[in-house]
Amino acid sequence: MDEAEAMPAEAEVGPFARVRVTVNGAPQEAEVETRTLLVHFLRDVLHLTGTHIGCDTTNCGACTILLDGKAVKSCTILAVQADGRQVRTVEGLAEDGKLHPVQEGFVEEHGLQCGFCTPGMMMTTVALLAKNPNPSEDEIRHAISGNLCRCTGYVNIVKAVQYAAKKSRGGGSK
Amino acid sequence: MIPPRFEYFAPSTLDEAVEILGRYGGEAKVLAGGQSLLPVMKLRLAEPKALVDINRIPNLAYIREDGGWLRIGATSRTNDLNDSDIVKRRYPILTDAAAVIADPLVRNMGTVGGNVSHGDPANDLPACMLALGAQFVVRGPKGTRTIPALSFYQDTFVTALEPDEILTEIQIPTHRAGQGTAYEKLEKRAGDFPIVGVAVSLLHSGRKIESAGIGLTAVGPTALHAKAAGDSLVGQTPGDAAFRRAAELAMQIAQPVTDLRGPAEYKRAMIGVFAQRALKTASKRAGGGA
Repeated sequence: MDEAEAMPAEAEVGPFARVRVTVNGAPQEAEVETRTLLVHFLRDVLHLTGTHIGCDTTNCGACTILLDGKAVKSCTILAVQADGRQVRTVEGLAEDGKLHPVQEGFVEEHGLQCGFCTPGMMMTTVALLAKNPNPSEDEIRHAISGNLCRCTGYVNIVKAVQYAAKKSRGGGSK
Repeated sequence: MIPPRFEYFAPSTLDEAVEILGRYGGEAKVLAGGQSLLPVMKLRLAEPKALVDINRIPNLAYIREDGGWLRIGATSRTNDLNDSDIVKRRYPILTDAAAVIADPLVRNMGTVGGNVSHGDPANDLPACMLALGAQFVVRGPKGTRTIPALSFYQDTFVTALEPDEILTEIQIPTHRAGQGTAYEKLEKRAGDFPIVGVAVSLLHSGRKIESAGIGLTAVGPTALHAKAAGDSLVGQTPGDAAFRRAAELAMQIAQPVTDLRGPAEYKRAMIGVFAQRALKTASKRAGGGA
Protein backbone atom coordinates (compact mmCIF):
# COMPACT_ATOMS: atom_id res chain seq x y z
CA MET A 1 0.00 0.00 0.00
CA ASP A 2 1.27 3.45 -0.88
CA GLU A 3 2.34 5.26 2.28
CA ALA A 4 0.76 8.57 1.19
CA GLU A 5 -2.57 6.85 0.59
CA ALA A 6 -2.43 4.99 3.87
CA MET A 7 -2.22 8.17 5.91
CA PRO A 8 -5.21 10.51 5.96
CA ALA A 9 -4.47 13.99 4.61
CA GLU A 10 -5.05 15.65 7.99
CA ALA A 11 -2.19 13.58 9.45
CA GLU A 12 -0.06 16.70 9.21
CA VAL A 13 -2.10 18.45 11.90
CA GLY A 14 -2.10 15.62 14.44
CA PRO A 15 -0.49 16.34 17.82
CA PHE A 16 3.28 16.21 17.56
CA ALA A 17 6.02 15.58 20.09
CA ARG A 18 9.78 15.84 20.03
CA VAL A 19 11.56 12.55 20.57
CA ARG A 20 15.20 12.30 21.59
CA VAL A 21 16.47 8.78 21.70
CA THR A 22 19.87 7.09 21.53
CA VAL A 23 19.78 4.41 18.86
CA ASN A 24 22.72 2.02 18.59
CA GLY A 25 24.82 4.51 20.52
CA ALA A 26 24.00 7.54 18.37
CA PRO A 27 21.71 10.33 19.61
CA GLN A 28 18.70 10.86 17.35
CA GLU A 29 16.06 13.55 17.47
CA ALA A 30 12.88 14.13 15.50
CA GLU A 31 9.46 15.73 15.70
CA VAL A 32 6.86 13.00 15.22
CA GLU A 33 3.14 12.53 15.62
CA THR A 34 2.37 11.41 19.16
CA ARG A 35 0.77 8.26 17.73
CA THR A 36 3.93 7.20 15.89
CA LEU A 37 4.91 3.69 16.88
CA LEU A 38 8.53 3.08 17.75
CA VAL A 39 8.88 0.59 14.90
CA HIS A 40 7.75 3.23 12.39
CA PHE A 41 10.09 5.77 13.95
CA LEU A 42 13.00 3.36 13.47
CA ARG A 43 12.06 2.32 9.95
CA ASP A 44 10.53 5.43 8.39
CA VAL A 45 12.28 8.28 10.21
CA LEU A 46 15.70 6.76 10.91
CA HIS A 47 15.58 4.36 7.91
CA LEU A 48 16.68 1.43 10.08
CA THR A 49 14.67 -1.18 8.22
CA GLY A 50 16.33 -4.19 9.84
CA THR A 51 13.55 -4.14 12.43
CA HIS A 52 10.64 -5.87 10.71
CA ILE A 53 6.90 -5.41 11.03
CA GLY A 54 5.26 -8.82 11.10
CA CYS A 55 1.83 -9.20 12.64
CA ASP A 56 1.49 -5.66 14.00
CA THR A 57 -0.68 -7.17 16.76
CA THR A 58 1.86 -7.83 19.53
CA ASN A 59 2.07 -11.53 18.69
CA CYS A 60 4.98 -12.37 16.42
CA GLY A 61 8.03 -10.55 17.81
CA ALA A 62 9.53 -9.69 14.40
CA CYS A 63 9.80 -6.07 15.60
CA THR A 64 11.75 -6.93 18.78
CA ILE A 65 14.33 -4.34 19.80
CA LEU A 66 16.14 -3.62 23.05
CA LEU A 67 14.82 -0.71 25.10
CA ASP A 68 17.27 0.08 27.89
CA GLY A 69 18.59 -3.45 27.39
CA LYS A 70 15.23 -5.23 27.61
CA ALA A 71 13.72 -7.06 24.67
CA VAL A 72 10.36 -5.51 23.75
CA LYS A 73 7.97 -5.36 20.79
CA SER A 74 8.46 -2.03 19.02
CA CYS A 75 5.06 -2.26 17.29
CA THR A 76 3.43 -1.89 20.70
CA ILE A 77 5.43 1.04 22.03
CA LEU A 78 5.00 4.68 21.08
CA ALA A 79 8.08 6.52 19.89
CA VAL A 80 7.42 9.11 22.61
CA GLN A 81 7.71 6.37 25.24
CA ALA A 82 11.32 5.85 24.13
CA ASP A 83 12.15 9.52 24.67
CA GLY A 84 15.40 9.83 26.64
CA ARG A 85 16.08 6.11 26.49
CA GLN A 86 18.50 3.72 24.80
CA VAL A 87 17.37 1.67 21.82
CA ARG A 88 19.38 -1.11 20.21
CA THR A 89 18.37 -2.65 16.90
CA VAL A 90 19.80 -5.40 14.73
CA GLU A 91 21.87 -2.74 12.94
CA GLY A 92 23.72 -2.20 16.21
CA LEU A 93 24.94 -5.79 16.58
CA ALA A 94 27.90 -6.04 14.19
CA GLU A 95 30.95 -3.98 15.11
CA ASP A 96 33.67 -2.89 12.70
CA GLY A 97 32.35 -5.24 10.06
CA LYS A 98 32.56 -8.20 12.42
CA LEU A 99 29.38 -10.13 13.11
CA HIS A 100 28.07 -10.30 16.67
CA PRO A 101 28.35 -13.84 18.13
CA VAL A 102 24.56 -14.12 17.94
CA GLN A 103 24.58 -13.24 14.23
CA GLU A 104 27.42 -15.69 13.71
CA GLY A 105 25.41 -18.39 15.50
CA PHE A 106 22.43 -17.92 13.20
CA VAL A 107 24.72 -18.16 10.16
CA GLU A 108 26.72 -21.16 11.37
CA GLU A 109 23.77 -23.17 12.67
CA HIS A 110 21.41 -22.23 9.83
CA GLY A 111 19.04 -20.59 12.30
CA LEU A 112 16.84 -19.16 9.55
CA GLN A 113 15.18 -19.92 6.29
CA CYS A 114 13.21 -16.90 5.05
CA GLY A 115 14.88 -14.62 7.61
CA PHE A 116 11.86 -12.49 8.42
CA CYS A 117 11.80 -13.33 12.13
CA THR A 118 15.59 -13.29 12.42
CA PRO A 119 16.30 -9.70 13.53
CA GLY A 120 13.73 -9.98 16.32
CA MET A 121 14.89 -13.47 17.23
CA MET A 122 18.48 -12.22 17.50
CA MET A 123 17.59 -9.21 19.64
CA THR A 124 15.73 -11.49 22.06
CA THR A 125 18.79 -13.74 22.12
CA VAL A 126 21.11 -10.82 22.89
CA ALA A 127 18.92 -9.87 25.87
CA LEU A 128 18.72 -13.50 27.04
CA LEU A 129 22.48 -14.03 26.97
CA ALA A 130 23.13 -10.74 28.75
CA LYS A 131 21.02 -12.00 31.63
CA ASN A 132 21.77 -15.71 31.42
CA PRO A 133 25.07 -16.50 29.65
CA ASN A 134 24.58 -20.25 29.84
CA PRO A 135 20.88 -20.99 29.26
CA SER A 136 19.49 -24.52 29.11
CA GLU A 137 17.49 -25.56 26.05
CA ASP A 138 14.33 -25.13 28.10
CA GLU A 139 15.34 -21.60 29.10
CA ILE A 140 16.12 -20.75 25.47
CA ARG A 141 12.75 -22.03 24.29
CA HIS A 142 10.95 -20.05 26.98
CA ALA A 143 12.95 -16.91 26.18
CA ILE A 144 12.05 -17.03 22.46
CA SER A 145 8.41 -17.94 23.09
CA GLY A 146 7.36 -14.42 22.05
CA ASN A 147 9.17 -14.68 18.71
CA LEU A 148 7.38 -16.72 16.07
CA CYS A 149 9.23 -18.52 13.27
CA ARG A 150 7.10 -20.23 10.64
CA CYS A 151 10.00 -21.85 8.73
CA THR A 152 12.47 -23.62 10.94
CA GLY A 153 10.56 -25.43 13.64
CA TYR A 154 12.98 -23.69 16.02
CA VAL A 155 15.47 -26.57 16.20
CA ASN A 156 18.26 -24.67 14.46
CA ILE A 157 17.34 -21.43 16.21
CA VAL A 158 17.95 -23.13 19.55
CA LYS A 159 21.29 -24.40 18.19
CA ALA A 160 22.15 -20.88 17.01
CA VAL A 161 21.48 -19.51 20.47
CA GLN A 162 23.59 -22.25 22.03
CA TYR A 163 26.40 -21.46 19.58
CA ALA A 164 26.22 -17.77 20.48
CA ALA A 165 26.16 -18.54 24.19
CA LYS A 166 29.29 -20.67 23.91
CA LYS A 167 31.04 -18.14 21.69
CA SER A 168 30.14 -15.26 24.01
CA ARG A 169 31.46 -17.14 27.02
CA GLY A 170 34.77 -17.38 25.22
CA GLY A 171 34.36 -21.00 24.26
CA GLY A 172 35.10 -20.33 20.60
CA SER A 173 33.13 -22.12 17.93
CA LYS A 174 32.25 -25.71 18.56
CA MET B 1 -1.87 -0.21 12.09
CA ILE B 2 -1.39 3.22 13.55
CA PRO B 3 -3.45 4.27 16.57
CA PRO B 4 -5.92 7.15 16.29
CA ARG B 5 -4.63 10.62 17.19
CA PHE B 6 -4.31 11.67 20.81
CA GLU B 7 -2.72 14.33 22.95
CA TYR B 8 0.21 12.88 24.84
CA PHE B 9 1.18 13.87 28.38
CA ALA B 10 4.11 12.56 30.42
CA PRO B 11 3.63 14.20 33.82
CA SER B 12 6.28 13.88 36.50
CA THR B 13 3.89 13.79 39.46
CA LEU B 14 0.75 11.83 40.33
CA ASP B 15 -1.16 15.02 41.12
CA GLU B 16 -0.42 16.39 37.69
CA ALA B 17 -1.49 13.10 36.09
CA VAL B 18 -4.76 13.13 38.04
CA GLU B 19 -5.37 16.75 37.04
CA ILE B 20 -4.96 15.92 33.33
CA LEU B 21 -7.29 12.92 33.63
CA GLY B 22 -9.86 15.18 35.31
CA ARG B 23 -9.53 17.82 32.61
CA TYR B 24 -10.44 15.26 29.94
CA GLY B 25 -13.43 13.99 31.93
CA GLY B 26 -13.22 10.30 31.05
CA GLU B 27 -11.81 10.88 27.55
CA ALA B 28 -8.22 10.25 28.65
CA LYS B 29 -6.55 6.94 29.43
CA VAL B 30 -3.58 6.10 31.60
CA LEU B 31 -0.66 4.66 29.61
CA ALA B 32 1.47 2.31 31.71
CA GLY B 33 2.99 -0.61 29.75
CA GLY B 34 0.58 -0.11 26.86
CA GLN B 35 0.51 -3.82 26.02
CA SER B 36 -3.30 -3.96 26.19
CA LEU B 37 -4.09 -0.29 25.51
CA LEU B 38 -2.10 0.18 22.29
CA PRO B 39 -3.50 -2.97 20.63
CA VAL B 40 -7.10 -1.91 21.36
CA MET B 41 -6.33 1.60 20.09
CA LYS B 42 -4.90 0.18 16.87
CA LEU B 43 -8.17 -1.71 16.42
CA ARG B 44 -10.19 1.45 17.22
CA LEU B 45 -11.84 -0.36 20.11
CA ALA B 46 -10.60 2.58 22.19
CA GLU B 47 -10.05 6.11 20.91
CA PRO B 48 -9.00 8.21 23.90
CA LYS B 49 -8.50 11.92 23.26
CA ALA B 50 -5.43 11.91 25.48
CA LEU B 51 -2.92 9.49 26.93
CA VAL B 52 -1.37 10.15 30.32
CA ASP B 53 1.95 8.28 30.41
CA ILE B 54 2.72 7.52 34.07
CA ASN B 55 6.14 6.02 33.37
CA ARG B 56 7.93 9.32 34.04
CA ILE B 57 6.51 9.55 37.56
CA PRO B 58 9.28 8.53 39.98
CA ASN B 59 8.89 5.83 42.65
CA LEU B 60 6.01 3.93 41.08
CA ALA B 61 7.99 0.74 40.36
CA TYR B 62 8.98 -1.32 43.40
CA ILE B 63 8.31 -4.61 45.15
CA ARG B 64 8.82 -4.70 48.92
CA GLU B 65 7.39 -6.03 52.16
CA ASP B 66 6.51 -3.32 54.60
CA GLY B 67 3.92 -2.76 57.35
CA GLY B 68 2.10 -6.06 56.96
CA TRP B 69 1.85 -5.87 53.18
CA LEU B 70 3.70 -6.95 50.10
CA ARG B 71 3.63 -3.65 48.23
CA ILE B 72 3.91 -3.63 44.46
CA GLY B 73 4.22 -0.27 42.69
CA ALA B 74 1.81 0.08 39.79
CA THR B 75 4.42 0.44 37.05
CA SER B 76 6.44 -2.59 38.14
CA ARG B 77 6.71 -4.75 35.02
CA THR B 78 5.15 -8.18 35.00
CA ASN B 79 8.63 -9.67 34.58
CA ASP B 80 9.74 -7.88 37.76
CA LEU B 81 7.58 -10.43 39.63
CA ASN B 82 9.59 -13.24 38.03
CA ASP B 83 12.86 -11.53 38.94
CA SER B 84 11.95 -10.74 42.56
CA ASP B 85 13.50 -13.08 45.14
CA ILE B 86 10.93 -12.20 47.77
CA VAL B 87 8.07 -12.96 45.38
CA LYS B 88 9.63 -16.24 44.27
CA ARG B 89 10.20 -17.32 47.85
CA ARG B 90 7.02 -16.16 49.59
CA TYR B 91 4.38 -15.42 46.92
CA PRO B 92 4.84 -18.18 44.31
CA ILE B 93 1.25 -17.64 43.07
CA LEU B 94 2.52 -14.40 41.50
CA THR B 95 5.42 -16.06 39.70
CA ASP B 96 3.11 -18.91 38.61
CA ALA B 97 0.93 -16.25 36.98
CA ALA B 98 3.64 -13.89 35.77
CA ALA B 99 5.44 -16.74 34.03
CA VAL B 100 2.41 -17.37 31.81
CA ILE B 101 1.19 -13.83 31.10
CA ALA B 102 1.53 -13.28 27.35
CA ASP B 103 5.22 -13.77 26.42
CA PRO B 104 8.57 -12.56 27.81
CA LEU B 105 8.68 -9.52 25.49
CA VAL B 106 5.23 -8.33 26.54
CA ARG B 107 6.12 -8.98 30.18
CA ASN B 108 9.08 -6.62 29.86
CA MET B 109 6.68 -3.75 29.09
CA GLY B 110 3.32 -4.74 30.58
CA THR B 111 2.81 -3.61 34.16
CA VAL B 112 1.40 -5.31 37.22
CA GLY B 113 -0.88 -2.30 37.75
CA GLY B 114 -2.19 -2.54 34.21
CA ASN B 115 -2.85 -6.26 34.48
CA VAL B 116 -4.87 -5.91 37.69
CA SER B 117 -6.78 -2.76 36.68
CA HIS B 118 -7.51 -3.27 32.98
CA GLY B 119 -10.67 -5.21 33.86
CA ASP B 120 -10.25 -7.96 31.29
CA PRO B 121 -11.60 -11.22 32.78
CA ALA B 122 -8.84 -13.03 30.86
CA ASN B 123 -6.05 -11.19 32.69
CA ASP B 124 -4.28 -13.60 35.04
CA LEU B 125 -3.49 -11.43 38.06
CA PRO B 126 -7.03 -10.36 39.09
CA ALA B 127 -7.95 -13.91 40.18
CA CYS B 128 -4.72 -14.00 42.21
CA MET B 129 -5.66 -10.70 43.86
CA LEU B 130 -9.07 -12.11 44.81
CA ALA B 131 -7.54 -15.29 46.23
CA LEU B 132 -4.94 -13.34 48.20
CA GLY B 133 -7.36 -10.75 49.59
CA ALA B 134 -5.34 -7.91 48.05
CA GLN B 135 -6.28 -4.25 48.05
CA PHE B 136 -5.45 -1.43 45.69
CA VAL B 137 -4.30 2.08 46.55
CA VAL B 138 -5.63 4.66 44.12
CA ARG B 139 -4.96 8.38 43.81
CA GLY B 140 -7.67 10.77 42.68
CA PRO B 141 -8.50 14.46 42.91
CA LYS B 142 -9.62 14.06 46.53
CA GLY B 143 -6.49 12.21 47.58
CA THR B 144 -5.80 8.56 48.21
CA ARG B 145 -8.26 5.74 48.86
CA THR B 146 -7.97 1.99 49.16
CA ILE B 147 -10.24 -0.44 47.30
CA PRO B 148 -10.39 -4.15 48.22
CA ALA B 149 -9.91 -6.46 45.23
CA LEU B 150 -13.19 -8.12 46.23
CA SER B 151 -15.17 -4.98 45.32
CA PHE B 152 -12.91 -3.75 42.50
CA TYR B 153 -14.07 -5.87 39.56
CA GLN B 154 -17.57 -4.80 38.49
CA ASP B 155 -17.98 -5.90 34.88
CA THR B 156 -15.89 -6.55 31.80
CA PHE B 157 -13.51 -3.57 31.53
CA VAL B 158 -15.45 -1.89 34.35
CA THR B 159 -13.74 -1.48 37.70
CA ALA B 160 -14.22 0.64 40.80
CA LEU B 161 -11.60 3.07 39.44
CA GLU B 162 -13.03 6.48 38.54
CA PRO B 163 -11.87 7.97 35.23
CA ASP B 164 -9.73 10.50 37.11
CA GLU B 165 -8.15 7.97 39.45
CA ILE B 166 -4.85 6.13 39.05
CA LEU B 167 -3.93 2.85 40.70
CA THR B 168 -0.61 3.45 42.45
CA GLU B 169 0.05 0.41 44.64
CA ILE B 170 -1.08 -3.17 45.05
CA GLN B 171 -1.11 -4.41 48.64
CA ILE B 172 -1.09 -8.11 49.42
CA PRO B 173 -1.26 -9.32 53.04
CA THR B 174 2.21 -10.45 54.08
CA HIS B 175 2.88 -14.16 53.72
CA ARG B 176 2.07 -16.11 56.89
CA ALA B 177 3.61 -19.29 58.23
CA GLY B 178 1.47 -22.17 56.98
CA GLN B 179 0.28 -20.28 53.90
CA GLY B 180 0.59 -21.80 50.46
CA THR B 181 -0.43 -20.22 47.15
CA ALA B 182 -0.63 -21.31 43.52
CA TYR B 183 -1.99 -20.29 40.13
CA GLU B 184 -2.79 -22.85 37.45
CA LYS B 185 -3.57 -21.76 33.92
CA LEU B 186 -4.76 -23.77 30.93
CA GLU B 187 -3.78 -22.23 27.62
CA LYS B 188 -4.02 -23.46 24.07
CA ARG B 189 -0.47 -22.42 23.20
CA ALA B 190 2.37 -20.55 24.89
CA GLY B 191 1.59 -16.88 25.33
CA ASP B 192 -2.13 -17.20 24.67
CA PHE B 193 -4.99 -15.92 26.77
CA PRO B 194 -6.22 -18.52 29.27
CA ILE B 195 -8.93 -21.04 28.51
CA VAL B 196 -9.36 -21.04 32.28
CA GLY B 197 -7.19 -20.15 35.26
CA VAL B 198 -7.51 -20.86 38.99
CA ALA B 199 -5.78 -18.96 41.80
CA VAL B 200 -5.57 -20.42 45.31
CA SER B 201 -4.33 -19.24 48.67
CA LEU B 202 -4.53 -21.72 51.57
CA LEU B 203 -3.65 -21.19 55.21
CA HIS B 204 -2.91 -24.35 57.14
CA SER B 205 -3.16 -24.42 60.92
CA GLY B 206 -1.92 -27.64 62.41
CA ARG B 207 -3.52 -30.39 60.37
CA LYS B 208 -6.51 -28.30 59.30
CA ILE B 209 -7.21 -25.54 56.81
CA GLU B 210 -7.80 -22.26 58.62
CA SER B 211 -8.79 -20.17 55.61
CA ALA B 212 -8.82 -20.37 51.83
CA GLY B 213 -9.20 -17.93 48.95
CA ILE B 214 -9.99 -19.03 45.41
CA GLY B 215 -10.18 -16.85 42.28
CA LEU B 216 -11.18 -17.86 38.74
CA THR B 217 -9.92 -16.45 35.43
CA ALA B 218 -11.79 -16.19 32.11
CA VAL B 219 -15.06 -17.80 33.19
CA GLY B 220 -17.24 -14.74 33.77
CA PRO B 221 -17.62 -11.04 33.02
CA THR B 222 -14.82 -10.42 35.55
CA ALA B 223 -12.37 -12.55 37.45
CA LEU B 224 -14.58 -14.42 39.93
CA HIS B 225 -14.21 -14.94 43.67
CA ALA B 226 -15.23 -18.52 44.44
CA LYS B 227 -16.31 -17.75 48.00
CA ALA B 228 -18.33 -20.87 48.75
CA ALA B 229 -15.51 -23.02 47.40
CA GLY B 230 -13.00 -21.33 49.69
CA ASP B 231 -15.34 -21.39 52.71
CA SER B 232 -15.98 -25.11 52.21
CA LEU B 233 -12.34 -25.79 53.04
CA VAL B 234 -12.30 -24.04 56.42
CA GLY B 235 -11.75 -26.55 59.21
CA GLN B 236 -11.19 -29.39 56.75
CA THR B 237 -8.20 -31.68 56.56
CA PRO B 238 -6.27 -30.82 53.39
CA GLY B 239 -6.58 -33.65 50.88
CA ASP B 240 -8.33 -34.96 47.80
CA ALA B 241 -11.81 -35.21 49.33
CA ALA B 242 -11.90 -31.59 50.53
CA PHE B 243 -10.26 -30.33 47.35
CA ARG B 244 -12.72 -32.20 45.12
CA ARG B 245 -15.67 -30.71 47.00
CA ALA B 246 -14.19 -27.18 46.72
CA ALA B 247 -13.49 -27.70 43.00
CA GLU B 248 -17.15 -28.70 42.47
CA LEU B 249 -18.30 -25.51 44.20
CA ALA B 250 -15.91 -23.47 42.02
CA MET B 251 -17.36 -25.12 38.90
CA GLN B 252 -20.85 -24.11 40.05
CA ILE B 253 -20.10 -20.40 40.04
CA ALA B 254 -18.16 -20.44 36.75
CA GLN B 255 -20.04 -18.76 33.90
CA PRO B 256 -17.97 -19.83 30.89
CA VAL B 257 -19.05 -19.03 27.35
CA THR B 258 -18.41 -21.11 24.26
CA ASP B 259 -15.82 -19.47 22.03
CA LEU B 260 -12.70 -20.26 19.98
CA ARG B 261 -10.99 -21.49 23.13
CA GLY B 262 -13.56 -24.18 23.74
CA PRO B 263 -17.14 -25.08 24.62
CA ALA B 264 -18.60 -23.79 27.90
CA GLU B 265 -18.94 -27.27 29.39
CA TYR B 266 -15.32 -28.09 28.66
CA LYS B 267 -14.22 -24.90 30.38
CA ARG B 268 -16.39 -25.65 33.39
CA ALA B 269 -14.87 -29.13 33.63
CA MET B 270 -11.39 -27.63 33.37
CA ILE B 271 -12.15 -25.28 36.26
CA GLY B 272 -12.70 -28.42 38.32
CA VAL B 273 -9.45 -30.02 37.17
CA PHE B 274 -7.35 -26.90 37.56
CA ALA B 275 -8.88 -25.97 40.91
CA GLN B 276 -7.83 -29.35 42.29
CA ARG B 277 -4.33 -28.97 40.86
CA ALA B 278 -3.94 -25.47 42.29
CA LEU B 279 -5.25 -26.60 45.68
CA LYS B 280 -2.79 -29.50 45.77
CA THR B 281 0.14 -27.30 44.83
CA ALA B 282 -0.85 -24.60 47.33
CA SER B 283 -1.30 -27.19 50.07
CA LYS B 284 2.09 -28.73 49.33
CA ARG B 285 3.68 -25.29 49.46
CA ALA B 286 1.91 -24.53 52.74
CA GLY B 287 3.63 -27.53 54.24
CA GLY B 288 2.52 -28.90 57.65
CA GLY B 289 -0.71 -30.85 57.60
CA ALA B 290 -0.73 -31.48 53.85
